[in-house]
Amino acid sequence: MIYYDKVSKIYPDNSVALENVTFTIEPKEFVSIVGHSGAGKTTLLKLLLAEDRPTEGKVFFGSVDIHSLRPNEVPHYRRKIGVVFQDFRLLPDKNVYENIAFSMEAAGRSDEEVESDVPHVLELVDLTSKIWSFPNELSGGEKQRVAIARAIVNQPNIVIADEPTGNLDPVNTYDIVQILKKINDLGTTVILATHNKGVIDSLERRVITLEHGKIVRDDKEGRYII
Amino acid sequence: MSTWVNIKRILRTGFFSFSRNAFVSLSSIVVMVITLSTIGSLIFLSAILNNTLTEVRGKVDINVYFITAAPEDDILAVQKRLETLPEVASATYTSREQALQEFRERHENDQVTLQALEELGDNPLDASLNIKAKSPSQYEGIAAFLQESPLLSRDGVSIVDKVDYFQNKEAIERLTRIIDSAERLGSMITVVLVAVSVLITFNTIRLAIFISREEIAVMRLVGASSSYVRGPFVVVGLLYGAVAGILAILLFYPVTYWLGGVTENFFVGMNVFDYYTKNFGQIFAILIGSGAAIGALSSWLAVRKYLKI
Repeated sequence: MIYYDKVSKIYPDNSVALENVTFTIEPKEFVSIVGHSGAGKTTLLKLLLAEDRPTEGKVFFGSVDIHSLRPNEVPHYRRKIGVVFQDFRLLPDKNVYENIAFSMEAAGRSDEEVESDVPHVLELVDLTSKIWSFPNELSGGEKQRVAIARAIVNQPNIVIADEPTGNLDPVNTYDIVQILKKINDLGTTVILATHNKGVIDSLERRVITLEHGKIVRDDKEGRYII
Repeated sequence: MSTWVNIKRILRTGFFSFSRNAFVSLSSIVVMVITLSTIGSLIFLSAILNNTLTEVRGKVDINVYFITAAPEDDILAVQKRLETLPEVASATYTSREQALQEFRERHENDQVTLQALEELGDNPLDASLNIKAKSPSQYEGIAAFLQESPLLSRDGVSIVDKVDYFQNKEAIERLTRIIDSAERLGSMITVVLVAVSVLITFNTIRLAIFISREEIAVMRLVGASSSYVRGPFVVVGLLYGAVAGILAILLFYPVTYWLGGVTENFFVGMNVFDYYTKNFGQIFAILIGSGAAIGALSSWLAVRKYLKI
């Protein structure tokens, strides 16, 4: 379903972020990408989001070469992917409801869908009581749950989580990982970039290990070994 | 999804960010008020300039003075001939008696001069023709005509005492040049000032949008189309311009009221306050229209930077 074909990314200052990376992610898989800071995890995800172009090689989503999409096709493609970041990236002047509704509106969903789906997805992340709160009134774990709700509300094929637990304490980290597992169980592909050993070891799912822009391990039910 | 729902959402988002970012909105509007005031001032300035030029042009003329012995019929023949010239706007005849009358009126408080006139016994004043051309550049031609015309002599003797064009020639030519360069300079200054104020406005809106770059990044990541991202910013820019336009036109009320009397004395009969009230609709439309256009265009261009994929 997702296929990286001999992908290299060299930045203009000649630093090599990815070098000849090839792998496949099947539908409904839960894949963790691990590695030290600077190993190329974020670059790998940016290429999938069409935020950046590979220097060499191709990235396929289904049969589509992502980087051959025309600029006006990219927004439609992105609606198939939900993204969660370490720093949450909620809009500070919108409350929880609006933050999620905004994502649905941008994707062109009708007002009726917005009204019925937002409470539903907040239920899924157990945050119904905070529906009218603004981001600065929420804890880190709550913010991340809003971000996850926003990422999944459009029922994407893939959820990408880039260090989603990086700013969270162990209890919240556990909660977030459980939510991601639940999303995966409901049939969504999850790609999780992290360097949290505890998270990886408790997941017992596929692990791709990056080092200096190369894949050094790719294990089914892997552990965090660097 | 229908386009209407999209437009509704874009408008709603635009209005919300306009009111929620009050401080950014305020500073952008202040800058735009200054821009629009510049444009408004230029409207008034060009009106004043045009009015002054028309007035001054109306004051330029040629006076032909005839010798006292010149028969009135001959003078009237000259007047008739002059009026057939295409360059001549009017040729007004002043007889010797009228000239004397006017002279007396002008000096009614000056006993010495009137006494001197009495002592002369005879009317010493010349009859004259006052000639106005349609444009200042045409006086040259009229003067040349006067010099060559056979109507102006009787039995080989000229009936013309003097033509004051030749005395005013230098002044008239200089005035013509000043009028021309004033018009050219005026339009150049207009273009430069408008360009500068548009740039300042553009920069301010760009700063306002820079603050929203996170929001734009998130919108793009959740798959919002370019026009959906851009729409609300264009709406906000439009609102900035429209509000600034209203403020600017309100500002001109006290300013022109205060300047009205001053300008009337200084610029031959032009009262800017009268001009403001008479042309209110037009000025209002120009300021609001250009404000909204500058605001919307600035936003449209400023967001473009953040929409590159």
